[in-house]
Amino acid sequence: MDDIIKIENVSKAYDKHQVLNNLDLSIKRGECFTLLGPSGCGKTVLLRLIAGFEVPETGKVYIDNTLVTDADGGDMVSADRRGLGIVFQDYAVWPHMTVFENVSYPLKIAKKPKEELTATTMRMIEMVGLKDLDKRLPSELSGGQQQRVALARALVANSSLMLLDEPLSNLDANLREEMRFEIKELQRELNVTVLYVTHDQEIALAIADRVAVMDEKGNIRQIGTPYEIFERPSDPFVFNFMGIANYLSVREEGGKYLVANGNQVIPWKNPEGTATSWVGGFRPSDVEVTRDGEGLTGVIKRASFLGATMHYLIDIDGDEFNTSIETHEAVEKNLIFEEGETCKISFKDLLWFDAEDLKEVTKQ
Amino acid sequence: MSIKQKGSFGVAQIILFLSVAVLVVVVAVPVLLIFFNAFWADGQFNIEDVLMVLKQPDTYQALINSLIIAIGTTVGSTIVGTFFAWLVTRTDLPYKTFMKSMFLVPFMLPSFIGALAWKMLLSPNAGFINRYWMDTLGFSSPLFDIYSYLGIMIVEVMYLFPFVFIQVCGALERMDPTLEESARISGAGLLTITRKITIPLVLPSIISGALLVMLYSMAHFGTVAVLGIENGIFNIPTLIYQKIHQSAGSFESIRTGTVLSTVLVATAALIIWLQGKILSKGHYQIIGGKSFRPMELKLRGLRTPLFLFCLAYIGFTIVLPTIVIFLVGGLKTYGLAFTWENLSLDNYKFILFDYKVTKDAIFNSLSLGLGSAFITMFAGVMISYVIVKMRVKGKGILEFLGMLPFSVPGSVIALGVILAWSGKYGVNLYNTVWIILVAYIARYMAFSLRANSAALEQVHDSLIEASRSCGATMWQSLKDIVIPLVKPGMLAAFFLIFLPSLRELTVSIMLYSPTTRTIGVAIYTLNEDGETVVSAALAGIALILIILGQTIINRFTKKEGA
Repeated sequence: MDDIIKIENVSKAYDKHQVLNNLDLSIKRGECFTLLGPSGCGKTVLLRLIAGFEVPETGKVYIDNTLVTDADGGDMVSADRRGLGIVFQDYAVWPHMTVFENVSYPLKIAKKPKEELTATTMRMIEMVGLKDLDKRLPSELSGGQQQRVALARALVANSSLMLLDEPLSNLDANLREEMRFEIKELQRELNVTVLYVTHDQEIALAIADRVAVMDEKGNIRQIGTPYEIFERPSDPFVFNFMGIANYLSVREEGGKYLVANGNQVIPWKNPEGTATSWVGGFRPSDVEVTRDGEGLTGVIKRASFLGATMHYLIDIDGDEFNTSIETHEAVEKNLIFEEGETCKISFKDLLWFDAEDLKEVTKQ
Repeated sequence: MSIKQKGSFGVAQIILFLSVAVLVVVVAVPVLLIFFNAFWADGQFNIEDVLMVLKQPDTYQALINSLIIAIGTTVGSTIVGTFFAWLVTRTDLPYKTFMKSMFLVPFMLPSFIGALAWKMLLSPNAGFINRYWMDTLGFSSPLFDIYSYLGIMIVEVMYLFPFVFIQVCGALERMDPTLEESARISGAGLLTITRKITIPLVLPSIISGALLVMLYSMAHFGTVAVLGIENGIFNIPTLIYQKIHQSAGSFESIRTGTVLSTVLVATAALIIWLQGKILSKGHYQIIGGKSFRPMELKLRGLRTPLFLFCLAYIGFTIVLPTIVIFLVGGLKTYGLAFTWENLSLDNYKFILFDYKVTKDAIFNSLSLGLGSAFITMFAGVMISYVIVKMRVKGKGILEFLGMLPFSVPGSVIALGVILAWSGKYGVNLYNTVWIILVAYIARYMAFSLRANSAALEQVHDSLIEASRSCGATMWQSLKDIVIPLVKPGMLAAFFLIFLPSLRELTVSIMLYSPTTRTIGVAIYTLNEDGETVVSAALAGIALILIILGQTIINRFTKKEGA
């Protein structure tokens, strides 16, 4: 697979605020690529650079092996000649045009013959599930329907590359879930490359072939498949950003690795590396709680019954973390704890991070 | 939409260049020439001359007069406007909606036509009321002399009080009634509530309206020109007119004119600055955005008397002058009694079909109105686009230049246009209709910018970007997306300019030549020449045109809104 988008050494600043810093990125033809990061991290700016709405201070952007943006004064291909489909966060459906007029606009600009224009437009409208609504004005549509119009408009000209900027963030939760599958399906069906920008981890994991995680400073921390990003995060930032994270600190004393402030020795493989103190990162689902047996000893600080699950706040020698057990399992295995009881803790999965790196992440 | 973008380089650059050019040529140059002329004499900066001019008795008196009249008018308008606003929003006065719309009618009517009507009614020796007072009732002296400070102020109040009225109405309607209710629950009586809660909350609106009245009154030409000159009462605009008109543009008179203009602009700037300060401070809590249903004061025994008082006020200030204009316009000779034998439509026929002066004037006003409205509408869209949508350096200057005419009174613009366009800098438009057109464009540009900017703010950037990403060039997205979406704003701008220009007097009176009279100028000059009945008939026609135009707009805007 060759690269449909290639970004080389791109920097962008607004006034004195540096948004992107010497950034490189390649997106392969036919994949669904998600750019994931907290709000304000510059991911939308990157998308706008690719679209041609912004000009970088340094660097080059290639689309389809054509140089479209060159900060060093090469010819620039303007937004209208890049042949992209874009879906905006606020839909950007033109309020004075009907659904048909909105969707057919790219074809009208391309001066397609009338029959072809009508046929293609109607097919596209049907494809996004708006059949029979083609004569409506956007004001007569729901938010989800407007989003479909925007999607159809971006797809109708048969562009090989689609840029989506948080297209689902204005929709309610159910609709969001429904739409993300539809987008994925359309992408496969039409075999287009999708660059999807979002701050929502769940959508990113659900939709993407590959994910790039960006931090607040506009640096890409990790690129990989959703599985890699979630299970093998390259650093604490990615780990922290990808879901509820718990940490357990570990220090070295006289060749032994001790947990938190107490004297319990870690019962697993020792951390590697040059750091002097470590943090073990894990998700609530990685925790295994038992009454006795192997593992670290902890104290139940708070027990909350949430119906289907039991929720525990556990303290191990001064470090606290959350976990939950399904209620029926807790009953079967005698794991209904009272506050103040002790328990044994082990982990299905634990990732070691340098404590210094983590400090940097968690303070933000 | 950065202009660095090379793909749209040409278009963006052209739009930017044109916008700057239009504003500099039409607005900046005339205004700057005024200041330049006032402070620059014999090749050097000269403040002594300026003080000399200001110390001359006639200029000094005009400054004082402007101030007296403006203050009197402002106080009067504030009292009248606030009282009626309270009456129609906070009491159980009958037919409040009708009353409210009637109180806004003076906005529509040209005040100099009103002044003409009052001259016919209350001039000391020939006014109908004064004649009746002396001839029929046998009094030895006239009831009221309209050619006086008080007369001028009263007439100005009649036409300017809606500025206060509309602002206070808005504030009272939007004020959250719970603010008052909670005071009431705390045990405060109605008087205390009004004094401690209502008035402090509405005060910013009252003051803002009052300052607007002050601004207009300082720079007001028509009423003082019609009622003041007879008794030698000049204010700044009328003195500027007098100087330029009498001496046909001599250096000395232009000098005086520019110095007076500078004073006028400075005062206006001060007033606008004050208003901005007060509005930004007063914008807080009371504006809930929503309309609430405020508690209404039961007028009880006063309900009928106050209702009749409102009717009398409307009858006296709006209906009576209008009827007088139409009746006098129908008289064979001024001074005859209003009997059926003396009245006919001959004058109206005469001015519409036979009399060249008035036929020309109507034609001139209509074409100037259409021309300036069209040009200003399109220039306004373009400049607003630069200001609102383009990221370019120095667009703040464009905004400033565009809004400048708001603080530059009409007579100052006219004088600036004379300085700029009478041949000194290569182009001589003096005595042609074009110089009036240029002045109208300068004067009304701010209206257009306001309406169009507001409309453009509504067009989100992503709508334009969406069309660009669909393959549309910058021109295509302007044509297909931007223009259709700002059309309502453009139409609003068109009418905001076309209607006032039909009745324009202040600017045109400084710039007209015998063949380029506008309706306003024709009414004024005919009246000065003693052609009272013809002038009244033309004023009647003007009123019909204005009311017709307003009705069309109202219909139109209602449709657009639906």
